[in-house]
Amino acid sequence: MNPAGYSEQMRRAWAITRKDIRIYYLKGPVLIFGVFMPVFLFLAFLMGSRQLPLAFLISGLVGMTLFFTATAVSPAIFPWEGQAKTLERLASCPITIEAVVLGDMMASTIFGIIITLVTVAIGLGLGLPLLHGIILFPVILLAACCFSAIGMLLAVPPTNVPSNIMMLSSLLKFPLVFISGIFVPLEQMPSWGLVLAFCSPLTYFTDLVRYSFTGAHYFPVLADIAALAIFTMAFTAGTMYLHKRTMPRRM
Amino acid sequence: MQDTIEVKNLTKKFGTTIAVDHISFSVHEGEIFGFLGPNGAGKTTTTRMLTGVIPPDAGFALVLGHDICRSPVLAKQGFGVVPETSNAYADLTAWQNLMLMGDLYGLPRVRAAQRASDLLATMGLLERKDQKVQGFSKGMKQRLILAMALLHEPGLLFLDEPTGGLDVQSTQMILSMLRELNRAGTTIFLTTHNMEEANRLCHRVGIIRSGKMVAIDAPERLKAAIDRVHRVEVSFDHEVPGDALAGLAGVISVNRTGDKWQITAEDKDAAIRSLVTFGIQNGVAIVTLNTLAPSLDEAFLRLTQGED
Ligand SMILES: Nc1ncnc2c1ncn2[C@@H]1O[C@H](COP(=O)(O)OP(=O)(O)OP(=O)(O)O)[C@@H](O)[C@H]1O
Ligand SMILES: [Mg+2]
Repeated sequence: MNPAGYSEQMRRAWAITRKDIRIYYLKGPVLIFGVFMPVFLFLAFLMGSRQLPLAFLISGLVGMTLFFTATAVSPAIFPWEGQAKTLERLASCPITIEAVVLGDMMASTIFGIIITLVTVAIGLGLGLPLLHGIILFPVILLAACCFSAIGMLLAVPPTNVPSNIMMLSSLLKFPLVFISGIFVPLEQMPSWGLVLAFCSPLTYFTDLVRYSFTGAHYFPVLADIAALAIFTMAFTAGTMYLHKRTMPRRM
Repeated sequence: MQDTIEVKNLTKKFGTTIAVDHISFSVHEGEIFGFLGPNGAGKTTTTRMLTGVIPPDAGFALVLGHDICRSPVLAKQGFGVVPETSNAYADLTAWQNLMLMGDLYGLPRVRAAQRASDLLATMGLLERKDQKVQGFSKGMKQRLILAMALLHEPGLLFLDEPTGGLDVQSTQMILSMLRELNRAGTTIFLTTHNMEEANRLCHRVGIIRSGKMVAIDAPERLKAAIDRVHRVEVSFDHEVPGDALAGLAGVISVNRTGDKWQITAEDKDAAIRSLVTFGIQNGVAIVTLNTLAPSLDEAFLRLTQGED
């Protein structure tokens, strides 16, 4: 066994994932928040919308659900653990910072996927046809990885005050939703809006979900997938690099 | 033979304060090394650098033959840590905390479970193993953390004030456990304020003051180094005047502490003889009479209070 080897570090990252799920995700309030938030957003959406079709709404909702759930808890994990001094415990264990970050990402990926599947089930329950399931499910996985990397990026500022980080991440998350073609179809966006939309990974995911449900899409499907994949890799590499640099300042 | 810990010019600054200032020392294999110093001297900072929690600003540390900065995982794999502040996961049970450690150190599940039950039994926590750590008392937490540090059977153990705030029973239990581990070959790096503890436990102690190492030696040798005056402690069954004691042959000074008199003397033998004669002449009986060896406390105070 080489403790520093990839397979061993992967196994230890998985231990972090299980710990996160147990401590931070399998909590009544977190689960309830996870399930109800999209439902309420959807209702708000439905009432306020100018006769947008259900398929459009559900697609946006799926995009939003995955984005919010995958980034809901993870930004606060390091601040929490820094405060509770359990981060110091992890820092003295034979696990790299990259593996800890990966473990946290896997936990939020899993949480995001499960809650999002609930949303998909609501859509299907409302009689929406799923045209391209073969695209939808792998893409949910890919996007969940991407969004959980964003969640960890939000955790980079080395503060040990969870509420600061939560505030900051809300400040960044909500605008992202508005520029990602969830409330306003990309076709109806002004050109400056489109430029912003290009920069948001949520745009590509929503476009793919829309394609899965309605067959319509704004970008070519492969372009969407490629964009998501590139964002995922860039964010993952970026968050690992940044956490490695800021971790000592949390201690 | 290579030293278990080798430290060269290790330095850490926090802003403008130099918490640890170019310290160098080594810890030999198989010894219990006591790391002493007053509050804020830099003990915890040093321990955290040695355990790879914070990076040093200068210097290096070889721990178990690995550079703690360059190959932290390999070094960390070989040691266990009991940090200054309790840090088991409060939302997990004792058992889950131990299993998490098992996973993080790459122990096979069966082995981890076996070790965990053994350690919980030794620590007297077996019947609480499925309770969340939240509800544990300080002593229970500390014992659990020791168990967590020992799960993977490390050859080197770092402890930062493991007995701070614990009662006599928990303290004794932890100390005897450390002694036993050391007998079985574990090298121990122990930070403590408790001189008595260091005196009885440690093969060598290092004393740090304001980030600088001021002495490293065996406790007895440190004590011997400051042993210039002798002290005698005496108590009588009746009140006696201090002046009379101070005037006795061989006595330098007297000091009242509670119902006893502490007497410093140049010549222990002469002082005791004159105390006995004093008792007979004044018709008071001696209740206790002790000769006091200089304590590690005194060596410590001398070394840490000197001029900067
Ligand atoms: N994270 C930190 N940020 C800023 N200063 C720090 C930090 N950690 C320690 N220090 C400073 O470094 C110095 C040494 O602190 P350290 O905790 O190492 O002392 P110590 O010897 O462990 O003391 P104690 O016996 O009280 O535990 C102190 O002046 C402290 O204020
Ligand atoms: Mg300390």
